[in-house]
Amino acid sequence: MKARVTVMLKTGVLDVQGEAVRRALGTLGFEGVEAVRQGKVIELDLAATDRAAAETEVKAMCEKLLANTVIEKYSVEMV
Amino acid sequence: MKAAVITFPGSNCDRDLAVAFERAGAEVVRVWHKDSALPAGVDVVGVPGGFSFGDYLRCGAIAAQSPIAAAVKAHADRGGYVLGICNGFQVLTEMRLLPGALMRNAGLKFICKVVELEVATTASDYTSGYQKGQRIAVPVAHHDGNYTVDAETLARLQGDDRVAFRYAANLNGSMADIAGVLSENRRVLGMMPHPERVVDQTHGGADGATLFASLIGKMALA
Repeated sequence: MKARVTVMLKTGVLDVQGEAVRRALGTLGFEGVEAVRQGKVIELDLAATDRAAAETEVKAMCEKLLANTVIEKYSVEMV
Repeated sequence: MKAAVITFPGSNCDRDLAVAFERAGAEVVRVWHKDSALPAGVDVVGVPGGFSFGDYLRCGAIAAQSPIAAAVKAHADRGGYVLGICNGFQVLTEMRLLPGALMRNAGLKFICKVVELEVATTASDYTSGYQKGQRIAVPVAHHDGNYTVDAETLARLQGDDRVAFRYAANLNGSMADIAGVLSENRRVLGMMPHPERVVDQTHGGADGATLFASLIGKMALA
């Protein structure tokens, strides 16, 4: 079973890298990009067979290590 | 007085931190991140700068989960002193020993230069040797020093006089120009600038020596 974790900065936390990407897109002539938020995707290969239990486990991984919940939010997708 | 300096894979200021503690009169023991206990009788733990675990995932995130981290947390919970510098500050926020997070510098560049700091409080054993409002020159060398915290915690930090140092001029986007913060009991200090790099005039300045002398002196009295 695979899990895909998406980690993004929380709403309201200034994303200086996303903002730099937005400006670079404008420089390249891509108009109308009003905001860019940059995050990360983490894919996990899991030995687990119980989907619900695995999802709970992955959320615990997010809380403990994969995301810093002071500034980041995360979502878990089981695939 | 006994100081423990931790080394993670990728630490590169551990030796300088050990020398700074030694020069201030402390006995220094070096501790490897895989150790699960601190040596007996340690008064202060130094978490050094560098690039622990290659800054993978987030700066300090993996070091904060290393075997020694639980012992450092227990030491702090017992009222022990912990000093985290640069990457060490990032580790302490990831361990939740200090509030907030260090994000990418607002200008996106790695900043490596001597900056002017303002001593924001003298009410700590780290800063009691300075004058309040004193300007000191201390080097910074970081890519992720943009101190970020929620508005409520920021108000509490300022209200409780827990900001130890501020950048005299906005440097990296840090909220309220915060360069270093104290824990609630004022015994854990995290700061991005490197006081251990200015403890001798041959370093080009010795403004950092006061911090170590003050801390070791206070612990000797305790």
